[in-house]
Amino acid sequence: MTAQRPTLAVFKLASCDGCQLTILDCERELLAIAERIEIAYFLEARTRTLEGPYDIGLVEGSITTEHDAERIRQIRSRCKTLITIGACATAGGIQSLRNWADVDEFVRQVYASPQYIQTLATSTPVSDHVPVDFELRGCPIDKKQLLMLIVDLLAGKQPRIPRYSVCIECKLRHTVCVAVARGVACLGPVTQAGCDAICPAYARECFGCHGPKESANPLSLAEHYRERHHDPRPLVHLLSNFNAAAPEFRQTAARLQSAPSGPAQGAN
Amino acid sequence: MSADTNRFQTIQVQALTRVEGEGALRVELDGDRVKHVELNIYEPPRFFERLLRGREIREVPDIVARICGICPVAYQMSAAHALEKALGVEVDATTRLLRRLLYCGEWIESHALHIYLLHAPDFLGYESGLSMAADHREVVERGLEMKRIGNELLEILGGRAIHPINVTVGGFYRAPDRQRLKDLLPQLEWGLEAAMHTAELVAGFDFPESTIEHAQVALKHSEEYPMNHGEVASTDGLIIPVEKYDQHFAERHVRHSTALHSVRLPEETPYLVGPLARFNLAYDQLPPRSRRLAESLGFAPPVTNNFRSIIVRAIETACAYEEAIRIIGQYPSAPPPRLLKLPQRAGRGCHATEAPRGLLYHCYEVDQRGCIEAATIIPPTSQNQAQIEHDLKQFVPSVLDLPQDEATRRCEQLIRNYDPCISCATHFLSFKIERSKQP
Repeated sequence: MTAQRPTLAVFKLASCDGCQLTILDCERELLAIAERIEIAYFLEARTRTLEGPYDIGLVEGSITTEHDAERIRQIRSRCKTLITIGACATAGGIQSLRNWADVDEFVRQVYASPQYIQTLATSTPVSDHVPVDFELRGCPIDKKQLLMLIVDLLAGKQPRIPRYSVCIECKLRHTVCVAVARGVACLGPVTQAGCDAICPAYARECFGCHGPKESANPLSLAEHYRERHHDPRPLVHLLSNFNAAAPEFRQTAARLQSAPSGPAQGAN
Repeated sequence: MSADTNRFQTIQVQALTRVEGEGALRVELDGDRVKHVELNIYEPPRFFERLLRGREIREVPDIVARICGICPVAYQMSAAHALEKALGVEVDATTRLLRRLLYCGEWIESHALHIYLLHAPDFLGYESGLSMAADHREVVERGLEMKRIGNELLEILGGRAIHPINVTVGGFYRAPDRQRLKDLLPQLEWGLEAAMHTAELVAGFDFPESTIEHAQVALKHSEEYPMNHGEVASTDGLIIPVEKYDQHFAERHVRHSTALHSVRLPEETPYLVGPLARFNLAYDQLPPRSRRLAESLGFAPPVTNNFRSIIVRAIETACAYEEAIRIIGQYPSAPPPRLLKLPQRAGRGCHATEAPRGLLYHCYEVDQRGCIEAATIIPPTSQNQAQIEHDLKQFVPSVLDLPQDEATRRCEQLIRNYDPCISCATHFLSFKIERSKQP
């Protein structure tokens, strides 16, 4: 980065707008950020656009069209550091469910009519198309993590985000485990932290907004739940949300889908 | 008028800015005549209505929230109520009250964002709220603080502001913390005052001439300014239960858009949803301080110039703060909200609520196993799409004598009047005015 203010560009692909809104949701920090960083390209926030190249590029959304596949290559070439923000850009989003048209039995049994799904394009993460320097997880991203990321970038440091599970955050905020105490099938043990474990704190299951944690083993967790009389279908659905195309979640969902219905009779 | 028709042949802007999502507009001129207006909407195929098929009822509020990061509560509210109707259940009075409180949070957050960061810069000659802050820092800080309080309300009730996690079919997963809500009261009082100052500020802006000729459509409820409940009403006298919505409004596919255009039946005319429609239809239901605010500004129905929607948004922001204060005052003496146990039965349910940018209609069919068989979702921006085009067609002749940049800017400003949420309905929008070569 130069001695001048670093430049920031924010791009949107197929997505809901929520992750870039998180930038504007930094209400008490926004004007200070705009003093330290030149917001050079951010269509939702400002009309003026500055030509690249940009020091930092933030990308929201997944690739669902040829046009966007080309666009992301151009974006990459204009950004020194490219960071994906959110589950769509990082894992393909919930719109990636269409990708599974080739897993015939999965589509037939759980989702929309197969002939329709086969006509759709795929939804893929940015990293399938271009190298990505850092991925900020979440559906949506967490405001505190976004601010940490910005501070690290301004300090010239490699951003650091915890890779441990949501369970750690439940312990930190003294939430009684919903899986152990109430028998709820919760994705917390295999989901990366970052949301402050809000769902268990509101007496419900984690449904995987931040994607698989480091070295996650969702299949083992799913077998654990099946032994405790959980039908596989809700487990498939839990894994088929906003990070449905994250490899660990997808593989487990496919395995469960091919398993017989009803609770498991024992391990495997 | 005709003297300067060669002044510009085309106006082109790469992308419309300060709206939620990206999109394109094309205006073709033949001399001074507007030949054609197209709001191009290329929705990237996210196909939520298809994704919902086969999902369980309880998953729907979490999934539909992802249609829009700006108004996730609207999607959750329309879905939850529609599915409760499909199952034949009704939530208790406290849940009803708290759902309205949640909606207040979203109205405040969305309206403050639109007024201060997206729309006001048009009237004051800035390219953004960020540039405006260089000259009017206190004003922009006030807007951001108003927005932050709305988000804090969403966090207390919903767990987080974007894609809240506490809404479910049948109620809330956990009763909102009474003390945290009570502690927010002084900030809500500040917010109400700030919203009143906002209304006074924006009422003094210069408004270009523009008239919405078609019907305006919003929910109407005899006892409250519409958010979660009401009949579908129009400024030309229609009043129907939401179950009859599809007999009076229909979606039409037009060649230049993958989002469907909504039209009023049987005339197939455009119509307007959003703040202006609500204000005109539900002025009598404004809570007292917000009503007095409108009166003090000399601002009353009928309002037909959509540039003035910024005034309505400010009054509605005051209304949302005022309602939030009232509801939090009632909550301590109310019984705790009860989460309903859902029956397993097949059924069909339709419901509409008022998203910040207008009426949002959901309809679901559920099967015996408690799974979604079919879903129809009609967002406010696709309902407004035909009206935006019509409005531009009327408006463009009045800007043809302006310099090219200014004419373009005015057209973009007109589109912002609608607070379009293109993420709900669209993908990419670039702006273009073309003039045919003069003979």
